Amino acid sequence: MTIPPASRNCLPVLLPFRPCRRETHHRLGVNSRALLCVGLVLLVSAASAQGGRLVLSPMQVIVKWAPLLLTGFAFNILISAFAMLLGTIAGLGLGLGLLSDRWLIRQVSWTLTQIFRNAPWLVLLFFVMFLVPFQVTVFNVHIPFPDWVKATVGFALPVMANVAEVVRGAVRSVPSTQWEAAESLAFTRRQIMWRIILPQCIKRMLPPWMNIYSLVAMSTVLASIVGVSEMLTLTAQVHAAEGGRPELFAPLYGFALLCFFLYCYPINLWTAHLERSFQTH
Amino acid sequence: MTVVWTADQPIVKCTDVRKSYGAFEVLKGISLSVSKGEVVCIIGPSGSGKSTLIRCINALVPITLGTIHVQGIDVTDPQLDKLALRRKVGMVFQQYNLFPHKTALQNVMMAPLHVLRQESKAVEERSRALLAKVRLAGKEESYPGELSGGQQQRVAIARSLAMRPDVMLFDEVTAALDPETVKEVLVTIRELAEEGMTCILVTHEMGFAREVADHIYFTDHGVIVEHGPPATFFTEARDERTRRFLSQVL
Repeated sequence: MTIPPASRNCLPVLLPFRPCRRETHHRLGVNSRALLCVGLVLLVSAASAQGGRLVLSPMQVIVKWAPLLLTGFAFNILISAFAMLLGTIAGLGLGLGLLSDRWLIRQVSWTLTQIFRNAPWLVLLFFVMFLVPFQVTVFNVHIPFPDWVKATVGFALPVMANVAEVVRGAVRSVPSTQWEAAESLAFTRRQIMWRIILPQCIKRMLPPWMNIYSLVAMSTVLASIVGVSEMLTLTAQVHAAEGGRPELFAPLYGFALLCFFLYCYPINLWTAHLERSFQTH
Repeated sequence: MTVVWTADQPIVKCTDVRKSYGAFEVLKGISLSVSKGEVVCIIGPSGSGKSTLIRCINALVPITLGTIHVQGIDVTDPQLDKLALRRKVGMVFQQYNLFPHKTALQNVMMAPLHVLRQESKAVEERSRALLAKVRLAGKEESYPGELSGGQQQRVAIARSLAMRPDVMLFDEVTAALDPETVKEVLVTIRELAEEGMTCILVTHEMGFAREVADHIYFTDHGVIVEHGPPATFFTEARDERTRRFLSQVL
């Protein structure tokens, strides 16, 4: 990558940062690179404030702990992916419930959607953490529910409600003439939904769906509050292990910030790209 | 109530059909009957309830009062098997309403495949034949977005025909088309009429109506003002409203 002139005087400190692999496997545009540089400069400025020779420099601390921290980050991604999977399946069902021609199903779906959409994610997370037992015994078989599984369920709930709204909105956006045409060909309501309406919606649902994912990915750090060993929890532990030196605070958390940024920013770029291309077609 | 229907009875029979949207009455007691193989054109100024009327025939729009029978099926029966009715009645719309995510061939194949659950090989063969019949051989793999308005409308006609309906409803099918492409769609409809298909058309194409219709109904403000065979309808209109309308469009 190129380094803007402003940070060139920091070059010696920057150098050990080069092995940081993450910026090479994302093909980023000029804007993205600029943002990336700002992130690095932040880290470096904190790093340059270091003193003492016996203690490790912030860079060295990050390099030393990077494998552990990145494992934590992988865990964040895992939680977000499962939460998204669960939430999408449930959300599709709930969204179809919102569109049901039966009053009761519509009302129940609407209530569920509103509850889970309008509750803070952290509150939902706490509810799941403390209401779901750590294991369930069925016919002498113990099915454990580790914390991270519970956290995943906790994140899946708001995802479900938001996906339901996306599904409802997308289905509503298909012109009613499509329904008329299909009805006049004697398709049943279910056939119309699954064969004619939903296939047309997938494209429209993709950008908002990816948006939700990016929000979930960033929200997974909330799991640190309930003790799941994800990246933020590990960062705090690393900080403590390094003696809680104040000058390590910014670099360590900056590293976490950078990881999330590098993960979510391309997703958002891609989402924006999809939105643009769908608008023109 | 479904009555036993024989071919000598009207295939579509509307009796005193009324339809209100809230306080606004669109249809104010319309009666008409269509025999098998007959081509009927409904004409009249915009907003006179023509489109609503033919939408009532395949139960897309529920009527408020009166009765409609299609081959003996009572369309107003609350227990109506809408799917059974719609298998008998094909409909073509002003805006074509093709399924944009399916090719022309898939559009035609979908209903026989999934509604009638016919065998896919036979359906494909027949659908290709239908597309050829509406002069769209070679366009099977095109998506609706890649076809012109006239071509899309002919796919829509083929799509309806694939269900082998007994009655075809055409709702201003040429109104959204360029003047040059109107003709190709009208030719298709005329061929259908000549083959003996029962057709009910809402149209603004007076020349076409005069040429293919067996019977013409003129509606205004939700009532049938006048009707008759084209030979007399266009030349011997008695009602003032009909005469004024004809003088504007002819």
